[in-house]
Amino acid sequence: MIDGFREAFSLIIGGDSQLVEIVLLSLRVSGIALFISTVIGIPLGALLGLARFRGRRLSVALVYTGMAFPPVVIGLFVYLMLSRSGVLGSLNLPWIPRLFTPEAMIVAQVIIAFPLVAGFTMAAVQGVDPALRLQVQALGASRWQTTWAILDEARVGVIAAVVAGFGGIISEVGAVMLVGGNIANQTRVLTTAIVLETNKGNFGLAMALGVILLSMAFTTNFIILRLQGRSFDE
Amino acid sequence: MSVLYSLRDVTVRYGSRSVLAVNELDIHAGEVLAIVGPSGAGKSTLLRLLNFLQPPTTGALTFEGMTFSPGRDVPLAVRRRVTTVFQRPVLLKRTVESNVAYGLRLRGQRDSAAAIDATLEDVGLGGLAKQPARTLSGGEAQRVALARAMILRPDALLLDEPTANLDPYNVGLIEQIVARLNREHGTTIVLVTHNVYQARRLAQRVLFLLDGREIEVADTHTFFEAPKDPRTGAFVRGEMVY
Repeated sequence: MIDGFREAFSLIIGGDSQLVEIVLLSLRVSGIALFISTVIGIPLGALLGLARFRGRRLSVALVYTGMAFPPVVIGLFVYLMLSRSGVLGSLNLPWIPRLFTPEAMIVAQVIIAFPLVAGFTMAAVQGVDPALRLQVQALGASRWQTTWAILDEARVGVIAAVVAGFGGIISEVGAVMLVGGNIANQTRVLTTAIVLETNKGNFGLAMALGVILLSMAFTTNFIILRLQGRSFDE
Repeated sequence: MSVLYSLRDVTVRYGSRSVLAVNELDIHAGEVLAIVGPSGAGKSTLLRLLNFLQPPTTGALTFEGMTFSPGRDVPLAVRRRVTTVFQRPVLLKRTVESNVAYGLRLRGQRDSAAAIDATLEDVGLGGLAKQPARTLSGGEAQRVALARAMILRPDALLLDEPTANLDPYNVGLIEQIVARLNREHGTTIVLVTHNVYQARRLAQRVLFLLDGREIEVADTHTFFEAPKDPRTGAFVRGEMVY
């Protein structure tokens, strides 16, 4: 354990180029995936939480299922879709990512994270006082302004939704291993590197990577919370 | 006196249940009209119609010469000329001043610090601008809700039991503020209350609703001293059986 911390420290201080690459790739893949998941998940969650339409119950059930879906199965699904003989891979279109690329990993992570963001956003907006909607409309809010006001009231829960999405993908290993392939300098991220180093018996290095992953998750969440600090101080 | 609202054969039904059926009602610009009646009489439904928050099932609602039938959407610009203060003040999780500024910001108006300060002074909350709204007492919160509505200078201010949960001190304050708003700015006030004494103190005319129907509308003196309908008299004397 202590060796792990010591090694982590020396790796970070030393600025090991391979390590930097792995960290940057992890952040890039999960960052882009989180961004896309947020752009899809928050409006979807708001829609499911606020609107009444046919098929809403089914959509909610699907989102909840998505929240509990094993990431490795999603990885398998994306793998089968994107492989050369897969439904999408065989189309050979330029905008469809190839297997064993960071883009394929982003696709898998989006599928893992957006139901988390949508589901928690839905729960958060449903927790807002129903009288608020009528009150802001009475004050002259348009449909969009009303939705925005409700999301803003639910902001603590909406931020938690984004944090949950981030936590779900930065720490995920099965799906990125399957669709990324853990190729050195190309698709190796922190979690897959930890698996590899553990298998090789390099427990110190694996621990070091774990410490780095943990502090990355902590720092990111801390920044997200600080961005909305006022809601927690109020 | 010009007519601000005019309702003709307006009904509101939820499924087969009729909650409001008003044959003819005019609301005059600049008046204070109180709507009284037991709970379930359709008072709040009528206010939602007047704020264009829900359409009538049938009939026509005319506002400043524009007539809105059930199928016709009310433009946002028209809805923004009216606002409601509800029984329970639903404040946003923000500061007091940001709550008061909210309606203005919806209309794209910023830099309204002077107006906000003045309005908060009007409702006796001058020192509380920076406070988080949720730390206020019930009476203070309702006065913030009133300030948030007043600052919009609406043509009509609708009040839905605005003092029902409050102590006498805050009831008195809010009644003063409302009376002053009507006197100084000519704002039309429609006040829903189950409290006939409040109707008597504030209103120039009173409408009595029962089971969604208008039973009687008269100037306040006539309404209380010489009502035409025996049910009005019974309600005013507190003998209403329902």
